[in-house]
Amino acid sequence: MDFNVVWYILVGVLLIGYAILDGFDLGVGILHLRSKGDHNRRILMNAIGPVWDGNEVWLITAGGALFAAFPNVYATAFSSFYLPFMMLLIALIFRAVSIEFRSKEANPRWRGFWDKGFSIGSIVATLLFGIAIGNVVMGFPIGGDMEYQGNFFDLLNPYSLMAGFFALTMFALHGGIYLNMKTEGALQKRIQGWIKVNYWIFVVFYLIFSGLTLYLKPEMIANFSFGKIDLPGNKHELVENHQTLISVFAWSIVLLNVLAIANIPRMLSKGREGWAFISSASMIAAIVMLFALGIFPNLMVSNLDPSFNLDIYNAASSGYTLKTMAVLAAFGLPFVASYTIIIYWTYRGKVKLDESSY
Amino acid sequence: MIWDVELLSRIQFAFTIMFHYIFPPFSIGLGLLLVIYESLYLITKKKIYEKITRFWIKIFAANFSVGVASGIVMEFEFGTNWSTYSRFVGDIFGSPLAAEGIFAFFLESGFLAILLFGWNRVKPGMHLFATIMVALGSMLSGFWIVVANSWQQTPVAYEIVVDYGIRRAVITDFWEMVFNPSAMVRFTHVILGAWIQGAFLVMSVSAYYLIKKKHVDFAQKSFAIALGLAAIASLAQPLVGHEHAKVVSEWQPAKLAAFEGLYETQTNAPLYLIGWTDPETRKTTGIAIPGMLSFLVHGDFEGEVKGLEEFPEEDWPAVNGVFQSYHLMVALGMVFIGATLLSLFLLWRKKLFSPNWSWLMKLYIPAVALPVIANQLGWLSAERGRQPWIVQGLLRTSEGVSKSISGPEVLISLVLFILVYILLFFVWLYVLDREIKHGPDHLSSGVEAGFHKKSERMDIIKPH
Repeated sequence: MDFNVVWYILVGVLLIGYAILDGFDLGVGILHLRSKGDHNRRILMNAIGPVWDGNEVWLITAGGALFAAFPNVYATAFSSFYLPFMMLLIALIFRAVSIEFRSKEANPRWRGFWDKGFSIGSIVATLLFGIAIGNVVMGFPIGGDMEYQGNFFDLLNPYSLMAGFFALTMFALHGGIYLNMKTEGALQKRIQGWIKVNYWIFVVFYLIFSGLTLYLKPEMIANFSFGKIDLPGNKHELVENHQTLISVFAWSIVLLNVLAIANIPRMLSKGREGWAFISSASMIAAIVMLFALGIFPNLMVSNLDPSFNLDIYNAASSGYTLKTMAVLAAFGLPFVASYTIIIYWTYRGKVKLDESSY
Repeated sequence: MIWDVELLSRIQFAFTIMFHYIFPPFSIGLGLLLVIYESLYLITKKKIYEKITRFWIKIFAANFSVGVASGIVMEFEFGTNWSTYSRFVGDIFGSPLAAEGIFAFFLESGFLAILLFGWNRVKPGMHLFATIMVALGSMLSGFWIVVANSWQQTPVAYEIVVDYGIRRAVITDFWEMVFNPSAMVRFTHVILGAWIQGAFLVMSVSAYYLIKKKHVDFAQKSFAIALGLAAIASLAQPLVGHEHAKVVSEWQPAKLAAFEGLYETQTNAPLYLIGWTDPETRKTTGIAIPGMLSFLVHGDFEGEVKGLEEFPEEDWPAVNGVFQSYHLMVALGMVFIGATLLSLFLLWRKKLFSPNWSWLMKLYIPAVALPVIANQLGWLSAERGRQPWIVQGLLRTSEGVSKSISGPEVLISLVLFILVYILLFFVWLYVLDREIKHGPDHLSSGVEAGFHKKSERMDIIKPH
């Protein structure tokens, strides 16, 4: 078994888990200031109350997994993204403590401050995630020593900023669809109004963003082309030998993506809140997978020379470590899945405020 | 100097981890006490234990959230500021970090949802189970992070390879790496320190209520149980410390020499109770027990202990700083033993909560700061004692710093962290103060409606 591929998939699964789960609670944060009145805002916050902390663990574990499996990517990515990462950390800190501290005082100014902390923290974090993905697609100025050669402003190119806004529209939609499941009455009606608008904004951004990606980075489609399009640089044996398989899988993800997006308004109009959420979660999973397939088997692309790319082989830990960690993950992940399900099952249904609520 | 990436990164790492390390020991200590209180509630079915459990859950929550929020920073700083180090140890250091995520954080955060919000939603047995899982998760998390750090102190089960022009250490035996020579003894030491810190928080708040003559039954029961834990942990700590000293003397003799201010290799080496090391004259002066260090390390007063002279001076840690932080930590440990034993004796004689001893209760209120300081000093001693190595004997701290970051970038982030953490710290204190002033009563189901509950009810009724 090729454990480098296994870890590419495992890190991918953790990132997809993160994008789906923290995606909706970041989305709730993005929408938070649009809701008016303390009662409504408490409902919104308590809709994610028991789960946001667990959702963020997906990011922490993805970070740990990246460190363990692909230390060179971990090192290059975080040191080249220095200031944006520091901003991300501060946004995540603010967001986390805002949720906890908001309910501790009834004073409207106190609550207003933490409401803003929660919402702005969520918006900044989402933008930065999008910008990070945008840069992964555009490529970094990485040298032959795997070190970043650019500066802070290289990271703020128009495409990456566009990716940041795309992420905002995606998570705002996803968060709204989640809230639709968790609310009722007048508040739910208002949220459904937001979703209708957000959905079309998202679709417009999706089309522009996809077009822009294909225009600026046509090589993103190489893995979809059954070997018809060649990437510059040496092709890895693994990709060479499995071109058909990879392309068939890639196109099935494209199909899943389109169906999921189309299914969202259909399920919403039928009032099937849970299915709408599953559609939106599938859409996010598909989008993350499309990016991953676009750059596979690379993890970070150098725009100086393709031979400087960090891929699943030159950036990885030793075979022994990858194998041992894969065994540990296989042992641990079923537990993770089972208590995640228990928690979501315990807190299923509409939000009811009680004395343990925020 | 102000633009020195290495120095700024070290300051930033020290600042962010020391801030972070205020919180996890509270979570670990308080987590265990929650398990005890809640078990007593389920066994005795007495309302008072319900009150105790639910009040401390509130305190636990405020502490936990700041701990989690500041903890994410630590994980990513290895990559942002110490990327060359991360390339070198990724194979080894990354594995326990990933294991911490899979085995500890998911467990902890998942069941935290039930611990914090599940009181009226799940059966009491299930709630206790969740509390146990959160406490277990916080200890497991401590285990994996101490494992990672301990490998830096006592590296084993690795080989050095050069891949793609990058020199790095790779694991040769995973479990040997996990149970490296210092891992278990350091883990035990850290956990005991955390139990003391958590117990002292409970004792501090309880003492405050007793002095104010509020919630007396609640405070006495909370206090007595926390005191038991604090006493057991304080008494066990020197035994662990003794084992620890043996490992340090074998694997990091320069660190042990700095702990004790030992410049010359000697038999019958003294153990200083208090002292001062002078880098100019290379002499340590102070009050010492002759031969005690040799005895601690070798079980023999005549055993030979290596002094700093055995090592090139560029491999010495900052001797006086390490000496002082280490000795202050040990002195505080002695204070904890003395205070808890005296209190236990008074509790046994049923005098502890009597007016004659109210001065002792008054002392317990600010005493919560002491274990926090002791734990911070322990961290300082362990980490500064390892300098100039980031991985003992294998990689210097100066070689571990990121190559692609600049001084101004690190300075900006450092200033940002200082500002945000100062704000957080005061908000955290304010929120704790509010919770403590509210007291446990507003949580008891429907007996007295405190400020909180009334305002919450209004929220629910108020149409918006």
